[in-house]
Amino acid sequence: MHGFANPTRFLKLARWLTPLLLGSGLVVAAIALAWGLFAVPPDRLMGDTVRILFIHVPAAWLGMGGWTAIAIASLVELVWRHPLATVAARAAAVPGAGFTAICLLTGSIWARPTWGTWWVWDGRLTSFLVLLFLYFAYIALAGAVERDGASSRIPAIFGLVGAVNVPIINRSVVWWNSLHQPPSITIGKSAIDPAFLWPLLAATIGFSLLFGGIVLARMRMLLADIQAEARLRRKAMEA
Amino acid sequence: MTGALWRIFLRDCALLVPGGRGGGSLLPLLFFLAVAMLYPFAVGPDAPLLARTGGGVVWVAALLAAILPLDRLIAPDLERGFFDQWALRGIAEEAVMAVRIVAHWLSFGPLLMLAALPAAALLGIDGSTLRTVELGLLAGTPGLAAIGVLIAALTASLRSGAALAGLLLIPLAVPILIFGAGSLSTGGESGLALTAAISLVLLAITPFAAGGAIRAARD
Repeated sequence: MHGFANPTRFLKLARWLTPLLLGSGLVVAAIALAWGLFAVPPDRLMGDTVRILFIHVPAAWLGMGGWTAIAIASLVELVWRHPLATVAARAAAVPGAGFTAICLLTGSIWARPTWGTWWVWDGRLTSFLVLLFLYFAYIALAGAVERDGASSRIPAIFGLVGAVNVPIINRSVVWWNSLHQPPSITIGKSAIDPAFLWPLLAATIGFSLLFGGIVLARMRMLLADIQAEARLRRKAMEA
Repeated sequence: MTGALWRIFLRDCALLVPGGRGGGSLLPLLFFLAVAMLYPFAVGPDAPLLARTGGGVVWVAALLAAILPLDRLIAPDLERGFFDQWALRGIAEEAVMAVRIVAHWLSFGPLLMLAALPAAALLGIDGSTLRTVELGLLAGTPGLAAIGVLIAALTASLRSGAALAGLLLIPLAVPILIFGAGSLSTGGESGLALTAAISLVLLAITPFAAGGAIRAARD
């Protein structure tokens, strides 16, 4: 792992990995969404509204995955003081917040014809809204730390404490069992027909590749910022 | 070590308790009552509506009031180097933070429970609901105090910390609010038990997280 502690080596790898992930992610996601939109039959109960789930469900997984990434990167930073972990955690926050917002939006659009309302104060919805606000708080904190030149370990601590929220999201379905259906996909068995499962899996892979690509692109951007700032400081010292 | 911690505890209490040397004030309590007063102005003086929703309003007011003292909790001592002195004496930051959580709760929790009485009168909350609200506050305010100390420690070294504190505190405090206010509607006991459980989890985690934040602020 410390082989990549050197930003130069990481940047060399990221330079070709970023367009590869973004490109393949776009292609796979496009295929999966086209498959979901045109090839999959309408659901027996939900009709054509089922098709939005091919965006909604991967976005939900990535919304949670984004905070898991922040938590792991924060742990790596706090324990091993890995220099790239700070950048990785900050880079994962924005796409994580984006996918959480997409999940809430698509869920809301799906709920309007299905449940007859835009918003239901159900456990899973509510905890995703809280997750979105956690993302906002993390992004604001990381920005303030950057601006004030404070220790980058401060947002890492908040990231780990916030990670306590991610299991609450998973358990909330059981706790507040209300309008939202219980989980349909569990390890080992699935209540979803294979006709829906395969495009869903493809969409998840596509969105995950996109997520990885965005994180790498943002890491490169943040590292470039750091380098530019260091260069300006050196110039100012020489002048 | 225990003797030193006891003296730190007494000092924290003297600082934080309203009217104390550190400028600890009644401000959060007055703010709490002001929010309770504001709500009937907004929705109208409809007694059944106020009685039905009043318990939840008390909870929201308590959560908002918990944001107010955050910028006085850690930042002044961090600036004046108290934490460095204690670290030099070999007192762990985690222990200092645990002591501070207790002191902060003492200066905040019981007074809030007391202020809930006039708030309940203003909102027309009946006796059994008031009992649940008070029990819920007893179970929930230690968790709120723990989050407060954590957020104060995280933002103490930031210039824009005070503005951030509210945004950081609210999502972390949501489970306390959900279970605390949830205890008012159905069952009661399970909501109270879950509020207490969340409080205990937070009390177990936050001294370590806040101690880490104090150490991180040092470099």
